[in-house]
Order: sequence, then structure tokens, then C-alpha cells
Amino acid sequence: MLSYLLKRVLYALPIMLGVALVCFALVHLAPGDPLVSILPPDASAEFQEQLRELYGFNRSLPEQFGLWIWRALQGDLGTSIASNRPVASEVFTAVGNTLRLAVVATTIGFVLGCLFGFVAGYFRNSWIDRLASMVAVLGVSVPHYWLGMVMVILFSSQLMWLPATGAGPGGSDHWAWDWDWDWEHVQFLLLPALTMSVIPMGIITRTVRALVSEILDQEFIVGLRAKGLTHLGVFRHMVKNAAPTALAVMGLQLGYLLGGSILIETVFSWPGTGFLLNSAIFQRDLPLLQGTILVLALFFALLNLLVDVIQTLLDPRIARS
Amino acid sequence: MSSLSTTTPLPAEPLPAQASRGYWAAAGLRFLQDPVAVGALIAVLLLFGLALFGPWIAPADPYQSSMLNRLKPVGTEGLPLGSDELGRDMLSRLIVGARLSLFIGITPVVCAFLLGSLIGLVAGYAGGLVNSAIMRTIDVFYAFPSVLLAIALSGTLGAGVVNSLISLTIVFIPQIARVAESVTTQVRGRDYVEAARASGASAFTIVRVHVLGNVLGPIFVYATSLIAVSMILASGLSFLGLGVKPPEPEWGLMLNTLRTAIYVQPWVAALPGAMIFITSIAFNLLSDGLRTAMDNKR
Repeated sequence: MLSYLLKRVLYALPIMLGVALVCFALVHLAPGDPLVSILPPDASAEFQEQLRELYGFNRSLPEQFGLWIWRALQGDLGTSIASNRPVASEVFTAVGNTLRLAVVATTIGFVLGCLFGFVAGYFRNSWIDRLASMVAVLGVSVPHYWLGMVMVILFSSQLMWLPATGAGPGGSDHWAWDWDWDWEHVQFLLLPALTMSVIPMGIITRTVRALVSEILDQEFIVGLRAKGLTHLGVFRHMVKNAAPTALAVMGLQLGYLLGGSILIETVFSWPGTGFLLNSAIFQRDLPLLQGTILVLALFFALLNLLVDVIQTLLDPRIARS
Repeated sequence: MSSLSTTTPLPAEPLPAQASRGYWAAAGLRFLQDPVAVGALIAVLLLFGLALFGPWIAPADPYQSSMLNRLKPVGTEGLPLGSDELGRDMLSRLIVGARLSLFIGITPVVCAFLLGSLIGLVAGYAGGLVNSAIMRTIDVFYAFPSVLLAIALSGTLGAGVVNSLISLTIVFIPQIARVAESVTTQVRGRDYVEAARASGASAFTIVRVHVLGNVLGPIFVYATSLIAVSMILASGLSFLGLGVKPPEPEWGLMLNTLRTAIYVQPWVAALPGAMIFITSIAFNLLSDGLRTAMDNKR
């Protein structure tokens, strides 16, 4: 077990280094000079040289990469070209906002997905199974940015129940960590979180349905029933068998939502990492883009690792295979 | 991706050795007996019909704007589905938009199917160090959430159709290559491959005759399940302003330019997204039907 976990951690390290390399390479993949967006058209060659030195673009590529990694390990992701603020502080505020959204969305999706998936798997091939499976297909097929627009149309513009955009009474400028879980704030979270929860809901429904119907086919269930166990007792056994996989899928979904929130954040003007990425792309702010992607990708890799470790602890059979 | 996020390769099993005409006939029969799958197939064919013949079906010129007829509601005379923010006929734009929307959604999957299968086949058949080198590189790209990678790539490459096609192809190659590699590795261990090698067949011949036919099916089914994701992502890139440029009719871009109109004509503004939704449902159901029909273990 321990050696399996150690191997899994050691395996993740080169992947993370590779992820960092890809993030670094992105800047050099970009056409044109990375400084072009802030240089005035009449900048002197001398001034250009100075800036290049300031941002480190005058060094050789391996040297730049090494330096970038070294600084990133110390929590320094460089300076945003557009705002001249440290990238790290901008990214971490934004990650907080995105995390809040993604955690709520994953929780909603997990609860609904388990419910639908369990009912569908338990009453296999009944109308209720077909209904739940259809909801799952709709959930995985919906363009979520469009669903966000429809939610705004329904609940903001028509019914006027909830605010359409922003992350709190202070509007999208509300970047702070001091976020209260009161109605004044939560009402801003509801629409984007519900919209976002649809994808994990669909995927978890499918997963749990498959798990439950697979477990029901196994002999030990027949054995338990023959032994005279109540429905609740059988249910406990099923949960125990389905939980590791379902939880792993949930963890991965949280990671996907963190990295994939850009479209929803754009629709709702939610001040998270997606919003930050969007402005970084359109202002061609490459250090900010690089930093945001690096943090999100590493977060995703770490989450993957964590999910694997927890799954192994819950289900020791994995380490043995 | 079965949703945007599905990057977990579906369990792909190599077809059995006796896969021959009988197998395909049986799979085809199973497919035709599934009403949902047949319905999805018909919907997909209709969408392809729109993509091919759209300009001749559309009642009006999708580029013709009219300042007098801006943002008319659904059901206006002469504008059955209303008009957009420049007074262009929505119905015509939705019909003609099928071509570009399907093109940018399907092309990346086709390119990734070709390249990813090739990479996976080489890695799976070669095994050993070659396999490790290829698959570890693939793992790095696989470690990115697909939406993030797509947006990061097309964001740095710059807006445009070609760049968004390249980014999406790069997103899907690792997913397809993983499936291709795992199926190829399984087939490579089969007795008939061993027998072919013992009888002196070259690696190329073994792959062409004995491996390809047995691995392409599962890879193909997996690739079809990516089309819905790819449609949503490609239109999403246009929605962000990273893909198709105005005034071309494309559903994601139309959704973007109509975003500000949701307080004026909400239901007109939501129409292009409904088209993306319908397309993505049709491809998902079609892919589910294909998988069930080709799974001959039941």
C-alpha cells in the first residue's frame, strides 16, 4: 500500500514538471513580441531593451524556464504586464472565487447525481430509469454557457428573483476573501453554481447508475437478501461498494469545473480565474495568462493525485492490482 | 465530455478475432432496433443536410442587415424566428450557420482521430521505451482540463478558425491516443498476432492486416462520443471571441453577439444555443447507440 502511494506521488512529479513546461512554452508559442501590448508605438530601441531585461525576455529559453520555475516555487509568478501587479496575488484571489463556485456546484451535482443514478440503477429499465438517464444525457449535452444565459433570462430578466451578474453587492469588483454566506451574497452564487452543476450531475448520474446496476448483479447481494437483510442493510453494502468510484469521479469533476469555469464566469461576470484568463487573453498579458494556467493545471494535477490516494485508502484492492 | 469534462476514456475492449462481416451485420441490426439511436441518426443526417444545402434552403440572405428590423420577436411577418441585433433573419442565419458550426466542431475530432490513432498504434505496438516516451508526453497534456487547454492554446495562438481547430485537435489527441494505445496493447498480446509474427510477417503487415481492423472500431466509437464535446467547445471558443469572426453565421458567435439582447428579445437571443444543444444531444445519443450496438458481449 505505502509503496503504491509513494510510486503514485513520484509519478506525479514529472507530469507536473511537464505541465509547467507546457505553460511556459505557451508564451513562446504566441505570435509576436510578448511586450507589444504595452509598448507605445514610438518606443525607443533602448526602452524596449530595458523592458525586455526587466521581464527577463532577453535571456536564453532554458535560462528563462529555470528562473521562472525557481521563482514560481517561491510563490512569485512575475508581474502582470497590463496591471503591473504581482500575478500571484491576482491569481490567488481569483482561485478563491472560482473554488467557492466550483465546490458549491460539485456538491449540488453530486447530491442530485447520486440520487438520480441510484434510483435509475435500482429500478433498471423502468420508466424512472429512462427518465433519469435522459436527464443525464441532457446534462452532459448542454452547452453550459447557453444554459447560463437561459437561467439569466428566466430568473433575472423575466421573474426578477435573482441578480444576473456579479459576485456580491459590490459587483464584480468584489474580489475579496471576506465573503459571507448570507443571502445578500449567496443569491449571486445561485445561478452560476446551478448552471455549473449540470455537467457533474449528468456524469455522476451515469457513473452511479452503472455502479449500482453492476453491484446488483453480483452474488453477494443475492446472498445478503437470502440471509434476510433489510433493504436498508443491502443499501449500506451498496454504498460501501459504490462510494470509492463515485467520490473519485466527484473529485475529478471539481477539477474540471475549476479549469473549465471560464465560459460560465464570462456569462455571469464572476470574478474568478476564468474572468482573469479572459482579460489576460484579450489584453495579451502573457505573464498573467501563464501564471493563471500554471496554477489551475497544477491544482488539477494535485487534485488527481489526492483523488487517487483517497480512493486507494478507501478501496485497498486498487493498490494490489 | 461526454461532457465538457469527460476525459476519462471509456472502457474500450478490442473486438474479438472473428470480427467479420457477420459481426458488422449483427451490430447494424442491433443499431436499427434501437429507436433512440435511429432517431439520433436521423437528426444528425438532417443537420448534415442543413450544413450541405443551407444556403439554398434559407428563405433570406443571412448577411442582409436591416436597421429597421432589428431584434424583432419570433413570429414577425417575414421573420419567422425574429431578427438579430443587425436586423438579419434569424431563421436563415441558424440554417446557414449549421455549416460552419458543424465544421468547426467535427474537424478537430476527425484530425485527432487520425493523429491520435496513429500515435496510439505506434505506442501500443512498439511497446517498451517508445511506448513510455510517447505515453508520458501524452499524460502531460492529459493532465490539463480540456476546456482550460483549449482556451489557453487558442488564446495564445490568437483568435481565428484555424487556430481554434488546431487547439481543439491538440486537446483531443491525448484522449484518443490513450484509448488507441490501450486497445492496441491488448490486441498485440493475442495469439493470432503472435502467430503472424512467428510466420515472418513484417511489423507493418501485422499492424495493417491483424491489428488495425480490430482496434479501429473501439477508437471510432470513442471518437464519436467526443463530437458533442467538441461542438460545445468550438462554439464556446467563438462565444468567447476566439473562434469564428463576424459577420459569419456560426451558432456560438451568434450567441455572443446576441448576449446583450437578452433583456430585449430573450427567446430570439437563446435560439443559437438551442441549436448547439440539439446537435450535441443528437451526437451523444448516436454515440451511445453505436457503443451499445457494437458491444457484442450482451
